[in-house]
Amino acid sequence: MAKIVTDVVCPFCGTLCDDLEVALSDDGKEILEVYNACAIGATKFLHSQASDRLTRPQKKQEDGSWKEVTYDEAADYTAKMLVDAKKPLMYGWSSTSCSAQGVGAEIGEEVGACMDNTATVCHGSTLIAVQDVGVPSATLGEIANRADRVVFWGCNPAHAHPRHMSRYSIFPRGFFTGKGSKSRQMIVVDPRNTDTAKMADVHLQLEQGHDYELLSAIRVAIRGEKLPDVVAGISKEQIYEVADTLKSGRFAVIFFGMGVTHSLGKNHNIDIAISVTRDLNDYTKAAIVPMRGHYNVTGSGQVWGWQFGFPFCLDLTRGFARYNPGDSSSNDLLVRDELDAVFVLGSDPGAHFPVRSVKKIAQLPSVCIDPHITPTSAVSKMHVPVAFVGVEVGGCAYRMDNVPIETKKVVEPPEGMLTDEEFLQLVLNRVRELKGAA
Amino acid sequence: MTDYLIKNGFVFDPVQGINGDKVDVAIKDGKIVDAGDVTNPTIIDATGMTVMAAAVDIHAHVAGPKVNMGRNFRPEDKLFNCTAGSGMKRMEGGFSVPTVLRTAYLYARMGFGFSMEAAMPPLYARHTHEEIRDTPIIDQGALPVFGNNWFVLEYLKENEIENTAAYIAWLLNQTKGFGVKCVNPGGTESWGWGLNCETVDDVVPYFDVTPRQIVSGLIEANEYLGLPHCMHVHGNSLGEPGNYGITLDTLKIAEGVKPQNDFGREVVLHNTHLQFHCYGGESYASKSFESKSKEVVNYINSVDNISYDLGVVTLDETTTMTADGPFEHHLSHMNNLKWANTDVELETGSGIVPFIYNPKTFIAGAQWAIGLECGLFIKDPMRAYITTDAPNAGPLCRYPRVYKWLMSAKARDDMLDNTLKYGDKIRERCYIGELDREISLYELAMMTRAGPAKTLGLSHMFGSLKPGLEGDVAVYPYNPETDTDDPEKIEYAFGNAAYLIKGGKLIVKEGEIVDMGNKRTFWVNAKVNENPMVERDISEKFRRYYTVTQNNYTVEGPHFVPNPYVIEVDATK
Repeated sequence: MAKIVTDVVCPFCGTLCDDLEVALSDDGKEILEVYNACAIGATKFLHSQASDRLTRPQKKQEDGSWKEVTYDEAADYTAKMLVDAKKPLMYGWSSTSCSAQGVGAEIGEEVGACMDNTATVCHGSTLIAVQDVGVPSATLGEIANRADRVVFWGCNPAHAHPRHMSRYSIFPRGFFTGKGSKSRQMIVVDPRNTDTAKMADVHLQLEQGHDYELLSAIRVAIRGEKLPDVVAGISKEQIYEVADTLKSGRFAVIFFGMGVTHSLGKNHNIDIAISVTRDLNDYTKAAIVPMRGHYNVTGSGQVWGWQFGFPFCLDLTRGFARYNPGDSSSNDLLVRDELDAVFVLGSDPGAHFPVRSVKKIAQLPSVCIDPHITPTSAVSKMHVPVAFVGVEVGGCAYRMDNVPIETKKVVEPPEGMLTDEEFLQLVLNRVRELKGAA
Repeated sequence: MTDYLIKNGFVFDPVQGINGDKVDVAIKDGKIVDAGDVTNPTIIDATGMTVMAAAVDIHAHVAGPKVNMGRNFRPEDKLFNCTAGSGMKRMEGGFSVPTVLRTAYLYARMGFGFSMEAAMPPLYARHTHEEIRDTPIIDQGALPVFGNNWFVLEYLKENEIENTAAYIAWLLNQTKGFGVKCVNPGGTESWGWGLNCETVDDVVPYFDVTPRQIVSGLIEANEYLGLPHCMHVHGNSLGEPGNYGITLDTLKIAEGVKPQNDFGREVVLHNTHLQFHCYGGESYASKSFESKSKEVVNYINSVDNISYDLGVVTLDETTTMTADGPFEHHLSHMNNLKWANTDVELETGSGIVPFIYNPKTFIAGAQWAIGLECGLFIKDPMRAYITTDAPNAGPLCRYPRVYKWLMSAKARDDMLDNTLKYGDKIRERCYIGELDREISLYELAMMTRAGPAKTLGLSHMFGSLKPGLEGDVAVYPYNPETDTDDPEKIEYAFGNAAYLIKGGKLIVKEGEIVDMGNKRTFWVNAKVNENPMVERDISEKFRRYYTVTQNNYTVEGPHFVPNPYVIEVDATK
């Protein structure tokens, strides 16, 4: 008889599904099966069971081989690296709990670090746009219960947020949306014919990189003003039709992803997408929600928000918080060669940053804290494996709509492994010792 | 624990009737005791200074999702005001929406011991508690919002008080909340469809219930449970010219309702930020807009079961934030600044808009005047509390400035004559010109300590220096005999407490923060009889309409509420 753990929260993407069920072996030590999760989520749980998993920190030797060290030695190395550095970067913070982020923030403050999270290469442009024009939004349950016009702009939830449509946006039979997907018009805007686009009632296959023009044209059409015959490769008839569809709905929502945040126009694309939403609120009800990637990238922006006042790109090197994306953003700092140490937790810049930046990480003193062996750990000088948050230790995480959910501990981590919060606490204590001695 | 003896200060404690007498205040084991009961205490010399119980803030937005949105979407609010940590203190930043650390240090420097977070969306309770946890020194609680909650709307449509009460008790327990807040009753649910409830008799779409039924039902349910705090309302049509009639309609719902509780609370309805609800006229133009504070406060003076706080406009650039979603949308159309909004499934909504109360405009000056009038017309200062609805009418750090205006007619005249562009027009359209009342230190202690503590049901802990109460004492560098010449001395003194003792610990010493205290989170655990119908409704709503499971809704664990102070209420009889 397998033991079933219910209400498990999936620590993978910003959808933060909380209805997973995990079957454990009789002794409760091994995960046998994961129910309700998407393929990615289930794999994350099962992957934690890998027999060849790294369970102790390891330090890179001069010949490139790895040597096992204790957590205390790893904490000592990390603390010394951070204290000795004039301008260390502490990057990542997206695949971990808010309490770990909180301890990390204290370390960053003690050592005067630049702190940045994965938003910097993801929805950072969204955060900037929100600072420009605000954001009329709603929780995902509001959308499930009310929305009858759903737009996916530059995102592909069928693959990137696999349960989003079934849980929140297209299929649920909500309070005022009893007919499920039949009560909704689905519009997808994407230059590619994605699997999400194939499901849409309307697919606007715009020319790549012309999102701003098309959003602007929709604003024009909403106001009933004149348009040229074709905008961004879409005929004006179709644009008027889409504008009408949105205006005639009772509740419209725009979900958007990396297709607009990091294509030509960047934060300006989001500015105008938000402005479309604002305008729609003069006719009906409308909301806009970013499809945040990592399961707790939102949380790191929140924790830094209440501790420092800014959601990403923090520069604490002068002793007080400064925020200047483009100057204090990770890639700019790396490429300009301004850093003298790199600390990574809960993210994999080795896989996601431009190779110019990754080369810099490889040249600098660097520590990577990650349960997995990743491209980042491979180029770092020290790799500290930790317990999986949401599998082997609980902790708070914020969903893409900022709703905080407490992730669960399902199984024990391998013997003797620390959680990232515990490891960070070791580092913080050591940093304080070193600074006190100085 | 160190004992303290505060000697030679001018003590103001309305609860004991001490009005500026030189009395020694003693603290032993974290509590106030008789001066003779301490042995070898640390002496604090308060010669020439004012001594009061630590202040109690009944309504401020200092923690939670909309507060943090206010921080994150306004980097400009931190321009030139981020400071480095020093001593015990960490980095700080922010003016109208300070970081949690600055909030805590500000409160300490202003001599506060307790603050009530004014609106907690239940689904976001974890967020609110995470911020409260990271705000050191002061004790805090948070009021979950109920006025647009689907359970409440459905029960109150049928006037099911017992079920409403059972649901409230369940939700307080789940979210670790303190009491019942009601923001724009029915209006925020209507805002789910882009609509609003503008009067107490507008019907909420689909739910077919009126704000009148919601307010009345929540008051009844609150008294049914006997909660420490009363129903805390922000009524319909906030900020609209001519809304005072709606305010009176709302207040009159409480007519004849008697308080039922074991906490010494005497009111059944608290109308928050009354200033925003006292407008006459038909537009914001100076030829139409007028103050109706006298009419509203006169009504409150005529009854004994209503309290309010002021919500004084401080004429700053600030950040407005409220669970009144439709109002913020309306505001964003008035000033065309950025607008954030979040509607919360089944529960509530919220909006955030930066706002500049410009002293060069008539309307901002009139709002400033009305807020002060609300404080000056009150007959019983135990029922009118000084707030700025921080940060809506003004930032938290402006409390001392508001005290100055209330305590000095000279300071008010100076504003009307020299700072406000339309001073004369404001004298004409508002009552400020006819008011020469100056709030005394004794009354100030009522309006910032004894009064709010009593209405929060916490008079057995805070608001006075009576032996047995919490050892929360503030000492201000203000000499009531010699410092009356210059109103600026009031503002300085109340923003720069010389000493603050909180829970028996010395937090502020000679103006410097020296300890992070022993912060507690207050919440109310109300026991009700088993109610299978409400339990069934709850599980049904979670199964069908919430996007989190019922088991994942509960706020639990030491990382959310590491140091709880639970007030037990038994409503099973």
